[in-house]
Amino acid sequence: MMSPLDIRVGWYLAQRQIRRSSIWTTGLIVFVMLLTFLNLVVVTGMLVGIVDGISKLYREQQTGDVIVSTPKTQNYIENSQNIIAFIRGLPQVDRISARYASGATIEANYKTRTDQNEKANSTGANVFGVDPVAENEFSNLASFVGEGQYLEPSDYDEILIGSQLIDRYSFGGDVPGLTPLRDVYPGSKVRITIGGVTREVTIKGIIVTTANSPLATGVYMPEKEVRELMGRNDYNVNQIAIRLKEGYDPIAFRDLLTNSGVGRVATVQTFSEAIPNGVEEVRSTFAQIGNAISSVGLVVASITIFIVIFINAVTRRKFIGILKGIGISGEAIEISYMFQSLFYAMIGVTVGLLVLYGFLVPYVSAHPIVLPISNAIIVAPLPGTMLRVALLALATVIAGYIPARMIVRKNTLDSILGRN
Amino acid sequence: MSETNYMLETRDLEKTFKTGTVVTPVLKGIDFHVANGEWVSIMGRSGAGKSTLLYQMSLLDEPTSGEIYIDGREAHTLTEREKMRMRLYEFGFVFQEYALMPELTALENVVLPLLMKRFSYDAARERAKSALGRVGLSARLGNLPSALSGGEQQRVSIARAIAERPEILFADEPTANLDHESSDVIMGIFRELHSDGQTIVMVTHEEEYGAMTERIVRIDDGRVLSGEPASDKRP
Ligand SMILES: Nc1ncnc2c1ncn2[C@@H]1O[C@H](COP(=O)(O)OP(=O)(O)OP(=O)(O)O)[C@@H](O)[C@H]1O
Ligand SMILES: [Mg+2]
Repeated sequence: MMSPLDIRVGWYLAQRQIRRSSIWTTGLIVFVMLLTFLNLVVVTGMLVGIVDGISKLYREQQTGDVIVSTPKTQNYIENSQNIIAFIRGLPQVDRISARYASGATIEANYKTRTDQNEKANSTGANVFGVDPVAENEFSNLASFVGEGQYLEPSDYDEILIGSQLIDRYSFGGDVPGLTPLRDVYPGSKVRITIGGVTREVTIKGIIVTTANSPLATGVYMPEKEVRELMGRNDYNVNQIAIRLKEGYDPIAFRDLLTNSGVGRVATVQTFSEAIPNGVEEVRSTFAQIGNAISSVGLVVASITIFIVIFINAVTRRKFIGILKGIGISGEAIEISYMFQSLFYAMIGVTVGLLVLYGFLVPYVSAHPIVLPISNAIIVAPLPGTMLRVALLALATVIAGYIPARMIVRKNTLDSILGRN
Repeated sequence: MSETNYMLETRDLEKTFKTGTVVTPVLKGIDFHVANGEWVSIMGRSGAGKSTLLYQMSLLDEPTSGEIYIDGREAHTLTEREKMRMRLYEFGFVFQEYALMPELTALENVVLPLLMKRFSYDAARERAKSALGRVGLSARLGNLPSALSGGEQQRVSIARAIAERPEILFADEPTANLDHESSDVIMGIFRELHSDGQTIVMVTHEEEYGAMTERIVRIDDGRVLSGEPASDKRP
């Protein structure tokens, strides 16, 4: 079929055709290939990145690398303070945040409510009792305070409230159970009810983040007051989020904790296990959608190459006939077109790889794209990218081969004489 | 297989074109031969079948019936691939229009078929240079076809055809698109090649150029009219 000799002659022809083709044409084709490559990698990467962005938010702002939490059958982690001391003493641990957590109801505008029949402006929320200093070190919580101030450990009857609970930020709108609070600003008073106990507290600050951040629907209070409200005189907390030092494996650490006995009184999970249900499914759905969109791009690129090579070969049909006439093999001519297609694809891919790993991935990682549902990053692991490179190369080589073959197989003499 | 001393011989060669219901007999039994080292011209009025005959003999086309012998070997029964090899290794072609690849320089156009013949790149370049030297184009090696005159392009074609001395050089009206001066140069090159022993089969319209060859074969209505020796008419 295709001998080394054909490849040699094909390569000789291709090199010169590429070198002497119009820089504008080449530039345009390479540009199409570049866009196709980026489309192939970035669309899926971004869609997956949206979900990974959510995972990343949970990992950074809530779970840490490993989280110890209350088992379903319990109301708190027994023996919390001993467990915290044990975890603190482990060499892998960088920092932790221990939290009291409870469902709560928050009501605003009760003072201006004149009609008893008017629906109360209240919403459900998760209340976290935290050590403001430790929590800030853990999740950078203070940096998200968009209005008002962060908590002081000595604060009493003061809370931080997540933006999704407030109607000017919320995109929840009329989601049942989530009726955002109206006219709530730093300094506003709201009623908070935890386990039947109601308190009037002042909003000290508002946590402004993307909707899918775990902080967005949270209410934060200094731990002392939450402990009182929940009646936890034993100091037993509900969750201990653990951040590991650089280089330690969350799975190995989870197993260590589980086996150390912590697993008997608490649930120990890595960040990926602790993520809300469905996120993993959403991730694979998005990946499939991304792949579907990319395949369209791949088809478009193949057609582009097909047309370019077809036009090139058709306009050179006479010369192709003459080459065959003087004894140049058809395979060599076909190979020359395959080399040309491959060249366009590979230049596009090379530029694409530089743009992707030299700019897009690091830049977006440092400055995530702020979307309503998460801060999206681009997820483009090298093996997956290389698979797509191979796919693009294969598609373009085939797209170059077919039109070349269509012209080359035509009768030699007909080609020379320009007959059909 | 029959004995023959000719470099090229056809026996009762027929070619009939069929387009739909239209049947056009063009060659109606051509017996033609060329001896080794002979320079033959094929002449005749337009539409007589000169080009058609040349394409059959040079294995670019498939005759309807008849036999073709190249250097004593049966050629009409060869496979397409074998014909291609024969065109590559044993024939040289000069077409009416300048048939050079537009993206290849003069030198590269001559190098290409040599690469196909398994020459090393360096050896191919050396041969191509010397062939271009023979047609007087040593100063134009790096020119693309677009930067060559018609006559120069035709000389590159000749260089490509003769770079590795072919058994037979076929030329279909090599001077048809050229002015008189360029045509004379081309014919001068052919004469020189012939004096080196090159077998040449050439189609031409010009009596003047036909007269330069050793023998004129006149074709009319698909048949050979005469095979008159032309040497005595040479100036
Ligand atoms: N593919 C074809 N189908 C039908 N008829 C054809 C075909 N090719 C050639 N012919 C006919 O065959 C005849 C001979 O054509 P050919 O090209 O061999 O003539 P020629 O002697 O070379 O003429 P010219 O001097 O004009 O080049 C012409 O009448 C032409 O119309
Ligand atoms: Mg003709």
